[in-house]
Amino acid sequence: MDFLFYMGDVFTPINFGLLLLGTIGGLILGATPGLSPTMAVALLIPFTFQLEPQQGLILLGAAYTSTVAGGAVSAILLKIPGAPANIATTLDGHTMATKGEGAKALQLSFIASAIGGLFGVFLLIFLTPVLAQWALAFGPSHLFWLAILGVTVIGTLDSSSVVKGLLSGCIGLWLATIGFDDIMGAQRFIFHPAVSGGINVIPALIGLFAIPQVITMFTKGRSSDDAEVISVQKHPIRLAFVEVFKRKTALAIGTITGSIIGLIPGVGGQIAGLVAYDQSKKFSKESEKFGTGHSEGVIAAESANNAMVGPSLVPLLTLSIPGSPTAAVLLGGLLIHGIFPGPDLFMNYPQVAWTFIDSMLIGQILMCIFGLYIAGLAASVARVPHAVMAAIVLGLAVFGSYSVQNSMGDVYVMGTLGLAMYFLERFGFSAAPLVLGLILGPIAEANFIQGSMIANATVGTGTYFFTGWLNWLLIIIVLASIGYSVWMEVMARRYTTKEEAVAKEEALS
Amino acid sequence: MTDLPRNQHIIASGLIAAVGISIAYISFTQEPADAFIFPRLISSVFAVLAIWTFVKALLGRTKVGNGISGVAMRNMLPGLIVAIIYVYWAAKALGFYTATAIAFFILLSLYDPSPHSEMKSWVKRILITAGFMAVMYGLFAQLLNVFTPREIFF
Repeated sequence: MDFLFYMGDVFTPINFGLLLLGTIGGLILGATPGLSPTMAVALLIPFTFQLEPQQGLILLGAAYTSTVAGGAVSAILLKIPGAPANIATTLDGHTMATKGEGAKALQLSFIASAIGGLFGVFLLIFLTPVLAQWALAFGPSHLFWLAILGVTVIGTLDSSSVVKGLLSGCIGLWLATIGFDDIMGAQRFIFHPAVSGGINVIPALIGLFAIPQVITMFTKGRSSDDAEVISVQKHPIRLAFVEVFKRKTALAIGTITGSIIGLIPGVGGQIAGLVAYDQSKKFSKESEKFGTGHSEGVIAAESANNAMVGPSLVPLLTLSIPGSPTAAVLLGGLLIHGIFPGPDLFMNYPQVAWTFIDSMLIGQILMCIFGLYIAGLAASVARVPHAVMAAIVLGLAVFGSYSVQNSMGDVYVMGTLGLAMYFLERFGFSAAPLVLGLILGPIAEANFIQGSMIANATVGTGTYFFTGWLNWLLIIIVLASIGYSVWMEVMARRYTTKEEAVAKEEALS
Repeated sequence: MTDLPRNQHIIASGLIAAVGISIAYISFTQEPADAFIFPRLISSVFAVLAIWTFVKALLGRTKVGNGISGVAMRNMLPGLIVAIIYVYWAAKALGFYTATAIAFFILLSLYDPSPHSEMKSWVKRILITAGFMAVMYGLFAQLLNVFTPREIFF
């Protein structure tokens, strides 16, 4: 019950103020189409430099939680999902809004999000210490395979092409080797002075997530979305609570589906929302009402996409393997404070770890309270023209990257990686595996070298890396994730028309 | 599954294959060899996957990636040029705040749907730029104490 011991730390004036700031800011950012939770958190990292580690994490964690929930506002009122996680919410949420039930849809979405989110964080609280204890037994070979697993799982499950997903992961792993080698001190791939110290993760994250969005906004030209914000009539909140608890099956399916999907690295909130929506429809007694503005659709989708937030941090906090791009960005936020997550995080920095987790618990409740009150304001922000949004994000990206080390080199790295990522995305490559490769590359290399040294002095490299049940378990998961994704890709191609594939890619980009 | 010309995929995957092969070549030829063990491992997989992607593009079997349409390219080009000049030259040469204000205003003027013929649109753009710069100055210079390169005008 360590989490109760550190609960008081969340309520210190600075910590609670940051929690409020992150929650309200996140709700507004989340409602803004084009600003994904990952990008919002990446742009926020430079603002955490001068904060204590737990304060920085509280801000980032609150922003992560509430951007996912805030995306429901524009999904319901504008029919534009604020983030991919809110795609399923649009199906029934917007229809409810057009029928004059916008307020009800928003209330249902925030209440369901909070319930799903609380369940997810409790899962994080109870699973993390158990897994962290287990992870203490990991040696260099296991950590090497774990790092490879992180890259391959995200590379295969998060991409529309397995080969391109793995290739993105390789690009990330290669980028991580740029700079001076840790053991020999030899120069590797230093083709410009800007990368002589290696590629700093924070400017890279900002570039990879923010710049492609900026360029995508440019491609829309001078057109405006002309999305009409549907006015919201008053709806008693008590009735919304009654409705959510009346729809227990949808709530349970959404919460459990989201939590399970959150635990699997690489499977994001978008999948959680859609799978929960689909399953709720199958189990519902009123399945014919789905898509026509049915409350169960909103409850299932929103409880799922927030339930996955907590569990998605379990692999990060226990094994130092970020399970999602946003978790990778949070890892960047920890690394700048010299804290490396993993099995010993809870022993060396219990205050940081538990205050962060506790803040996510309180953040869910704050997100629900403030979400209900500022939904209207958030919807107005969602109508900010692309031009303004693109210029703001570009300015923040340049200042944010520079402020990491007061170095122009970081700005060049941010710009170059961002520009390259935009073009890579247009040709079917994904940023998530690249980021995971960049972050996990040093972990993989350090453990590979350390393991090789031990192996050379003992049983030999082949035996050391390819024997033992844990090594084999990890290798089998790596191979299974690749095999499963190849099979899914083949099946998807067999049953998807050319038009559907093109439309899907356009929607995702 | 895409209607876009095969050429775009061939060029893109060809470039990636060239990078992959170059990295593999450097990894296997540079000394000290011990420092390049891990890069050799990575670059081998990188090169194989990149060549595979390139061959698929050559054979016209690329299934994902819609490429860049002519309209998208035309729309993005002005903004892209402004962004590139801003990031790679103006930020350092003119100073962060000066360059950001100029780039921000140009981007607004290029992409804001409000009509250029109305005075009101220009006033709005100037006010938004001024407001954004005030926020950036407050955040980075006052709150975070970030020392940016010397400004050209002040």
